[in-house]
Amino acid sequence: MSTPLLEVRDLRVEFPTRRGTLVAVDGVSFAIAPGEVLGVVGESGAGKSLTGMAIIGLLEPPGRIAAGEVRLEGERIDQLPHEAMRRIRGRRIGAIFQDPLTSLNPLYTVGRQLSETILTHLEVSPREARGRALALLREVGIPAPEARIEHYPHQFSGGMRQRVVIALALCAEPRLVIADEPTTALDVSIQAQIIQLLKRLAREHGTAVMLITHDMGVIAETADRVAVMYAGRLAEIGPVREVIHAPRHPYTVGLMGSIPKIGAGAGKRRARLAQIEGAMPRLTAIPPGCAFNPRCPRRMERCLRERPELLAAGANRAACWLHG
Amino acid sequence: MAEALLRLQDLGRDFDVSRPWLNRVTERLPRQILHAVDGVSFEVRRGETLALVGESGCGKSTVARLIVGLHAPSRGRIEYQGVALDRGEAARRVRRRMQMIFQDPYASLNPRWRVREVVAEPLRVLRLASTEAQIDARVTELLQQVGLAAEDAEKYPHEFSGGQRQRISIARALSGKPEFLVCDEPTSALDVSVQAQILNLMTDLQGRLGLTYLFISHNLAVVSHIADRIGVMYLGRLVEIAAAEEIFARPRHPYTRMLLDAVPDLEMTGKARTPVAGEVPNPLEPPAGCAFHPRCPHASERCRAERPQLAAHGAARVACHAVEEGRL
Amino acid sequence: MRAALERIWDHDLAYRFRRSPVTIAAAVLTLVCVGAALAAPWLAPTNPFDAAALSLNDAFRPPAWTPEGSAATPLGTDDQGRDLLSTIMYGARISLGVGLAAVLFALVLGVSLGLVAGYVGGRIDAVIMRVADVQLSFPAILIALLIDGVARVALPDDRHGEIAIPVLILAIGVSGWVQYARTVRGSTLVERNKEYVQAARVIGRHPFAIMLHHVLPNVMGPVLVIGTIHIATAIITEATLSFLGVGVPPTQPSLGTLIRVGNDFLFSGEWWITVFPGIALIVLVLSVNLLGDWLRDALNPRLR
Repeated sequence: MSTPLLEVRDLRVEFPTRRGTLVAVDGVSFAIAPGEVLGVVGESGAGKSLTGMAIIGLLEPPGRIAAGEVRLEGERIDQLPHEAMRRIRGRRIGAIFQDPLTSLNPLYTVGRQLSETILTHLEVSPREARGRALALLREVGIPAPEARIEHYPHQFSGGMRQRVVIALALCAEPRLVIADEPTTALDVSIQAQIIQLLKRLAREHGTAVMLITHDMGVIAETADRVAVMYAGRLAEIGPVREVIHAPRHPYTVGLMGSIPKIGAGAGKRRARLAQIEGAMPRLTAIPPGCAFNPRCPRRMERCLRERPELLAAGANRAACWLHG
Repeated sequence: MAEALLRLQDLGRDFDVSRPWLNRVTERLPRQILHAVDGVSFEVRRGETLALVGESGCGKSTVARLIVGLHAPSRGRIEYQGVALDRGEAARRVRRRMQMIFQDPYASLNPRWRVREVVAEPLRVLRLASTEAQIDARVTELLQQVGLAAEDAEKYPHEFSGGQRQRISIARALSGKPEFLVCDEPTSALDVSVQAQILNLMTDLQGRLGLTYLFISHNLAVVSHIADRIGVMYLGRLVEIAAAEEIFARPRHPYTRMLLDAVPDLEMTGKARTPVAGEVPNPLEPPAGCAFHPRCPHASERCRAERPQLAAHGAARVACHAVEEGRL
Repeated sequence: MRAALERIWDHDLAYRFRRSPVTIAAAVLTLVCVGAALAAPWLAPTNPFDAAALSLNDAFRPPAWTPEGSAATPLGTDDQGRDLLSTIMYGARISLGVGLAAVLFALVLGVSLGLVAGYVGGRIDAVIMRVADVQLSFPAILIALLIDGVARVALPDDRHGEIAIPVLILAIGVSGWVQYARTVRGSTLVERNKEYVQAARVIGRHPFAIMLHHVLPNVMGPVLVIGTIHIATAIITEATLSFLGVGVPPTQPSLGTLIRVGNDFLFSGEWWITVFPGIALIVLVLSVNLLGDWLRDALNPRLR
């Protein structure tokens, strides 16, 4: 792609503990083009949230970026001092977290939080900031925004709150938004609404979105490309249609098979779900070679010894020796 | 058709969520009653899996808790094999045949107890084993039945992953030799691949042990793999109940259709969706008449005034005026 | 056995303990004080309460390192000729004994009431908490004085001497149960709604069994911390009461009594009779406090 908006190269996130160093993210590389939605999918412990936190500079100590680069529009941001990173957050990178309840300050009205954020990052007058806040609320689909702008977070329902959080993430017109499980805490019918909203906003503002989730269904509806993470490593990355319909990595194959689907003949409950034996290894016990090898039905000799890099596999790239 | 093991008749449960008396008097506020479950009737037949689906606040978890006795009903009746489930001795004895599996694998096991004690508790309470040796043997058998090892009995819950803890919960539920299992969102907190393992395990156990399940979930896709019949709940009421194939092939109630539409489209067929409107209203102030009418594209005057009753319509039972009047 | 010991050594708590020199010092000091107090009958140079062995000639002898001192009485003697070191050891025994017993009483009473209040809720909860609130508005010393005073009045003089110490323990215990009850009630309210408690109810266990076997082990954490710090407070309360003359009987002096007795002679030059028991009290209380502080910090992140 032409200059990517976000480029992550060989990112490594470590946690020093008294029992040794835990590697939570191990050599992850990907890029996001302007206006693109990249889904980062994986199960708990795969390291996807930590990747997002590392990019936006919100890693909780003792966690730290031990190696690799993060480049935003060409410049490195992984080694910036706190103050510089703080200015980038909000202005050039926006964030949406899982729990809308704790993402908003309960003590301030929604309008105040929006205006403050706008004023912090953009050179506008307070009146103009309020105007933008109103426009944003309208854009994210809050009915009667002139009245609602004076309301406190607790006066909004869960779905509406998440819309406010999205407005907050977009108010300084960032180039990139990192959304960490934005729909997980919401009801299914609201999830659908929020997904649509995110897609539309990304398209209309040309904002790139890094959508972190464990829900493949959300990815199918929203993402252009998807990266599958396993045990801190990237297992597969490619266009969303390809990864979902023609996965190349055995883990992705297993994952897609185990997702319950209402397909043809739904309701015949004898349709047993394909399952992957075993469980994702704990970070303290990642096997040598390919991290997936103990559970892989297509394991070879090489997989036990050598850790695979991302190799070309059809339209995707997969970290699997089957494509070596 | 198999006999009905569990029968709910017009079951209701209210919660008084009023502000404290002092606040009510000084601020002149009314009493606030939450009708968590509002006139629900259905039955569960031996050997089947009935799934109860709905979004948060619809009352499905409350129904589960009413059945196992964690709450007492405010009105209506629950019968198990003909025995009324009240506070009496007969009810207590009959309740021994029921067990429950909970949603949160991290909170459903006592963190201070070893797995052996957790699984053995029903054995002791129901006096199904008398000597320590018998208990040991039975615990080992149960752990192996759910896919764990005998050595796991000596460990503590925090040493296990979410999926493994759910297996321990299942082992605990099975140790009471139940015939009826109430499962409250048992896989909602689990990763997708672990969920597949647990669902498969539950299906296997049902076949092997002849269990009957009441499966609570908000996820229609999950339910499509395990349910024989599905009941859809909204704001404390049952709006549709039918065989699983019927629900997926011919959803009748507008809310059922909306729920099905909201399931993300993994096949990416790009199918057209009816617009998803609004949000679940405040359960403390349910709309008059049909609870769904504010969000329903087919609402009429009658829907705003009169509450629909569950009535047979084809192979399903639906509570909807539009369906009854043939408008849908 | 070795594996178990290794597991304990490797445990988080033990690890943090090893790394904190202050805590190790505090623990060692506490052990020394407790050991000396417990072993007083065997370790002390003399038995200070053996009236026959006393001689007024020995009275007011200063500590050993002064010209008039003697090695037989390293810290000097008091107004009755008793060796101060021995008296301190015996006194510490009483102080510790009363302190520990009072804390135990308060703990059992407070934890039980807190558990019941939190689990059962409703009226019982309201009653227990109102009583607790009322009691909290009185200073602990006042409550202890009240109970002690009532006992004195209610019982004839000679009987009072016998049961003075149990009454004292009761008094200090009753003045301190509220902190346990409140903490345990709060934790119980949280645990009560957790699914493992609901699972136990579904299995059909009796509420008391659930409170005792399920909830109690999970709410004890903060109780241990409060208890450790409470030992120090209880010892001070006992010392205060004894100093005021309403604590232990004069035949079994505690550190507080010694301080009071020595107070009379402080300004006439026999400083050691007050100072050494005072130092002993400070060291004891300080080391127990430090230990409690460390315990609270060490347990904190795990209290979630």
